[in-house]
Amino acid sequence: MSKGKRVLGLVVALSLVLFALYGVAFATKVIKVGAVYPLTGDIAPTGKLCKEGVELAVDIINGKYDLDLIMARTEGIPSLGGAKIKIIFADSQGSPRTGMAEAERLITSEHVVAMVGGYQSAVVKTASYAAERLKIPYVLSDATSPALTRRGFKYFFRVNPDDVISARNFFEFVQDMEKKFNRKLRRVALLYENTEWGSKVAAQQRKWAKEFGFKIVADIPYYHGATDVTSEVLKLKSSKPDVLMHAPYVSDAILFTKTFKKLNFNVPLWMGMSGYLDPNYIKSVGKDGEYVVVRSTFNPDLARIKPLIGKVNELYKKKYGRDMSGIAARSFNAPLVLADAINRAGSLDPDAIRKVLLETDIPGDKILMAWKGVKFNKIHQNIYARYILVQIQGGKYHTVWPWNVASTKVVFPVPAWNKR
Amino acid sequence: MDTTNLVQAMVSGLLLGLPYGLIAMGLSIIWGVMNIVNFAHGEFLMVSMYITLGLYTFWHFSPVMSIPVSAVILFGTGWLVYRYIVSKVMSGPMLAQVVVTFGLSAFLQGLFLFLFTGNYRTVKVSGILSQSTNIHGVYVSYPQVIASLITIVVTLFLSWFMKNTMTGRAIMATEIDRETAKLMGIDTEKVNALSFGIGLACVGIAGAILSSYYYISPYVGLLFGLMSFVIVALGGFGSITGAVIAAIIIGEVESLGGVLVGPAYKYALVFSLYLIVIFIKPRGFFGW
Repeated sequence: MSKGKRVLGLVVALSLVLFALYGVAFATKVIKVGAVYPLTGDIAPTGKLCKEGVELAVDIINGKYDLDLIMARTEGIPSLGGAKIKIIFADSQGSPRTGMAEAERLITSEHVVAMVGGYQSAVVKTASYAAERLKIPYVLSDATSPALTRRGFKYFFRVNPDDVISARNFFEFVQDMEKKFNRKLRRVALLYENTEWGSKVAAQQRKWAKEFGFKIVADIPYYHGATDVTSEVLKLKSSKPDVLMHAPYVSDAILFTKTFKKLNFNVPLWMGMSGYLDPNYIKSVGKDGEYVVVRSTFNPDLARIKPLIGKVNELYKKKYGRDMSGIAARSFNAPLVLADAINRAGSLDPDAIRKVLLETDIPGDKILMAWKGVKFNKIHQNIYARYILVQIQGGKYHTVWPWNVASTKVVFPVPAWNKR
Repeated sequence: MDTTNLVQAMVSGLLLGLPYGLIAMGLSIIWGVMNIVNFAHGEFLMVSMYITLGLYTFWHFSPVMSIPVSAVILFGTGWLVYRYIVSKVMSGPMLAQVVVTFGLSAFLQGLFLFLFTGNYRTVKVSGILSQSTNIHGVYVSYPQVIASLITIVVTLFLSWFMKNTMTGRAIMATEIDRETAKLMGIDTEKVNALSFGIGLACVGIAGAILSSYYYISPYVGLLFGLMSFVIVALGGFGSITGAVIAAIIIGEVESLGGVLVGPAYKYALVFSLYLIVIFIKPRGFFGW
């Protein structure tokens, strides 16, 4: 063996030893948390936004920030010697099957102590099933199917509002609009993607429409990867609705908007969710997306009533170069609530974390959202979570409802396509 | 359901179906000549859409202007893909042939996701490409009309080309009987490469024109690819006019069926039709 080779061998061996030692020393200081998001596939752009929200939250937990937010003023988890949170991301490819397999992998081979996120209800449903079976706490803040918290799971908690609250808020808004503009808006059309999320949204809307005395004039499920939606829009058109309530992901939101314009489908009140909130939507459809009223839990213009929102938005802007979207803001919450629980538990034991999660009572001024706080009821749903409605005006989202937090006047009715 | 909506559904079905035909035609030629299932067909459509987006972004080409460029680039790509990838497995087992194009499709999706992120993009068109017209309450969008006309032109050209040129006849001969074609002095390797090129050129044309009214993302080819498989199976392997006619039928079933039976069932209708046809006529309407 030449001298050079011997030296090289020594260096390699030494670095391996150092690396191993580093790993041992480091292991006690890092808490691994798993997150499954659609990072490839047709919902990948939205998955990326969720991931950004989670990453910013982790920055705030691990660093020291002068923000009036839980876990911001301390570094890491103080009760565990300042241990840092590390998120291990996995790709669900938008598929419930892959999501579940990845959740299992994160838990069994990456040894994460808890899970957050998921975004698609269909994926969260299977991923959280894996977590529950392996007794790992799962804190969700970005999927909304009501069914998720109605399975009697012990380790599953949801911070954000679900679609029961959303459906009620939608009809409350329509009623408020009827009063404000003195016009009957009783004919409602439901349009929704046909997986776990969209179909459960529609189920809730049907229920609340009955409760509030609205008439469902069209009820249209569709496949969100469709190449063409002409027949769906023609059905809508012939039902002549006053209000459209649409539950899409982003690609179908774009396709429907283009088809509405192409076939001249006009509706006085155009309401949407999720896909419409993805910045890719406005970028792709441009002016054609104007006046859609979208449900959200967050909007940068709320900084006017809650300065914390402005500060966090600035941090986000510095990191990613654009405003924080409602989607990123929603995913931002789960890591904070989880870190707070781990801190209070002072332990990584799943049952200890679960126990303190149940006792969670975070006041409204310590969280990003404009809610009264975070407190879980017996099905582990945050009782203080609620929605706001934003409207796209001039290529931006503006808060328009509830009236008392509105920054801008709602534009109604939506002008016909030929008058835009 | 009033008549206007019914007519609208029929017109929309036709305008939807014809461009499907252009995509399927390419698949049909490749399939017919080489007996290879090109699983990456939808992904090549995606590639041509990104080419159109690039030409638009850097040189303000309108999608119509990028048709020839995209067609030529995709033709070259097809030639190279055949020469350096597909030809290697031509004599190998069937499974290798399936896996090679399948792998290519996953590779292209991954590559474009890496290069351009998963974001949705659109080509901002102006002038006639952004307009639609209203004929007695039936809305017709110009870009779709243009796409349909181009499909018809390409169909007529290819049919003429196959019957009336030496190269076309060589392709047909190889399609019918490879061994005899070889004995007659036809360079079948060259025919294969040429057919792969022509097949992808069709997709190049379709992708360019589709960009004027469809969004672009690394996964846009998935359903288009699947639809073209069904169309080819329906129209008959290797048949150009068969592919176009089957595409129109599929477009009508999707659109008209969606309106009459219910939008939720439209893909179920399309695929049931496919199943029925392969039961009755396994080689498709116009197959050899």
